[in-house]
Amino acid sequence: MFAWTGKILRVNLTKGTVTAEPLNKEYAEKYIGARGLGTKYFVEEVDAKVDPLSPENKIIFMTGPLTGTFAGSAGRYNVVTKGLLNGTIAASNSGGTFGPELKYAGWDGIIFEGQSPEPVYLSIYNDKAELLPAGELWGQDVFSTTDALKAKDEEAKVACIGPAGENLVKFACVVNEYHRAAGRSGVGAVMGSKKLKAIVVRGTGGIKVENPQAFLEAAKDARQKLKEHPVTGEGLAAYGTNVLVNILNEHGGLPVKNFSEAAVFPNADKISGEYQAEKYLVRNKGCFGCSIGCGRVTDIAKGPFKSSGEGPEYEATWTFGANLAIDDFEAICKANFLCNELGMDPITLGGTIACAVEMVDKGIIPRSVADLRWGDGAMLVEMTRKTAYRQGFGDELAEGSYRLAEKYGYPEFSMTAKKQEMPAYDPRGQQGIGLNYATSNRGGCHVRGYLTSPEVLGIPEKVDPDATEGKPALLKLFQDLTALVDAAGLCLFITFANGLPEISAQLRTATGLDLSDDEFLAAGERIWNMERLFNLRAGFSKADDTLPPRLLNEPMKDGPHKGRVVQLDVMLPEYYQLRGWDEDGIPTAERLTELGLD
Amino acid sequence: MKVKVKLFANFRKDRFKEKDMELADDCTIGWVVDHLKIPRKELGVIFLNGLSAETDTVLKDGDTLSIFPMVGGG
Repeated sequence: MFAWTGKILRVNLTKGTVTAEPLNKEYAEKYIGARGLGTKYFVEEVDAKVDPLSPENKIIFMTGPLTGTFAGSAGRYNVVTKGLLNGTIAASNSGGTFGPELKYAGWDGIIFEGQSPEPVYLSIYNDKAELLPAGELWGQDVFSTTDALKAKDEEAKVACIGPAGENLVKFACVVNEYHRAAGRSGVGAVMGSKKLKAIVVRGTGGIKVENPQAFLEAAKDARQKLKEHPVTGEGLAAYGTNVLVNILNEHGGLPVKNFSEAAVFPNADKISGEYQAEKYLVRNKGCFGCSIGCGRVTDIAKGPFKSSGEGPEYEATWTFGANLAIDDFEAICKANFLCNELGMDPITLGGTIACAVEMVDKGIIPRSVADLRWGDGAMLVEMTRKTAYRQGFGDELAEGSYRLAEKYGYPEFSMTAKKQEMPAYDPRGQQGIGLNYATSNRGGCHVRGYLTSPEVLGIPEKVDPDATEGKPALLKLFQDLTALVDAAGLCLFITFANGLPEISAQLRTATGLDLSDDEFLAAGERIWNMERLFNLRAGFSKADDTLPPRLLNEPMKDGPHKGRVVQLDVMLPEYYQLRGWDEDGIPTAERLTELGLD
Repeated sequence: MKVKVKLFANFRKDRFKEKDMELADDCTIGWVVDHLKIPRKELGVIFLNGLSAETDTVLKDGDTLSIFPMVGGG
């Protein structure tokens, strides 16, 4: 095999065994890699009704065929499991250099099964892989754990959980190289339930591609386009993802106070990418082989929130900022760095705190239980720490907003889709992103079909954000293409400059797969449907393809999209039809046959 | 007429963040862009009162014009 290493590791944590096995070639050819290949293994081996915390659940780390190659921005890997936060198929994606290192060690991926009686970590040095005791690491944060595991070999790469994962915080993440995270869906808590603290990997081999000359040409072409495009060549390096704060605010789509107010935050500029670059940015930083360099190295030199680290990204800045009415960028940074250190997803944490503040504000949660207020940066930092350790009210926040709101009898205040918190785009100002949230296979998520790009940013071309016409077809295309990008091991940000032709050309020449562009795109559609089928078997249905009532029934209060709600009922039937699903959202036998999923 | 003009990202460099500009009555967005010496090929999103607008759109008194270079994120 080319591009794939052709080998995976299977680790049985119950028995303490580590075995090598050949990669299933048929799976790889149909599901490509990473999100697709990892999910294929998962759905074949795990019952969809499995309890996420049980030994029967598995957690799979999988790279893509392009991961670690010269392809433009190919540093990604995926963590696939049944997510703890909402029980959907979870495929959480991360960058950095961990994925490439795993391939240089000779492995496409690792399947963890069972549950260890004692804390362990997996050590991989090329073809030598062993489970080792992690008793001394258990209880330590991400930074200390990473330092300890790199002590023997500074070049080694570490992916681990922090206290949040150990404490089964429902939205704990897996963090690699201190600041990069497979952030969403609670994959870190599944790792914690298995008493698996970390993976440390060092690889000194390489990756063979099928046609080196043609691959080099394809990769150079993709890279050239990344350099020439204003977003990937300049904008993301200068201002990072946080440049979106001002754009979404001017657009009137930056959610404020748990989506309860007009989506315009008066002090947006004080938390913007421009402000970050002017006041706090040390330098930008890229993942493996990336020319974009969107990462932020940020330093808060003094004051109560003195700290430094990477980020915050746009989503974290919004969720800790506008969504909590906090305009103190230093507090936002501190909370974000703590999320990296303790291993938590900022989007869900901020969404959960916002839900709690709204319920306190409305008198649903007594102030004697939690004295939370809008705009309080110190409260945010305190609650971040308490949530990771499940201390005091943090224990309730650790359950995520849906369980919290349901406990107090008001699930409608949880701003979630399929019980996962929505990110930083009020869908009443973007009809397409509303349909995306409602149909995403992992619930509230922006990186499954990022229609913000055409609806707000005008890339690749401008579409009317308030229109519903054409959105189902556009979303389907974005969802399928994104699944292919994720499966390949590429970063989603390449899609600002690279399209299906560039992605396919790199895949074709690296792997030798003789597929047309459309056939590669069909692999993305196959992955999407495979995820859908898992969710249906897990018990999800059409009734879950929805949004909180606030977004469907409460018109936007003010701003450019005043008076609008998400017209989901207009878009969803057409979306099902375009997907080849019946009126209940179940894929038809004909479509499954066409996709090779029967 | 008076129009509030807001600039973002690198368009702020050597210009301004926000300014109330006194403009002639039939002034277009394109005129403002050219007046500010923003190369048109660098233009990204333009919002007029939060809604997407083109350079040939005619401004009116009290408008807020937001001009961005091509940027993205997520």
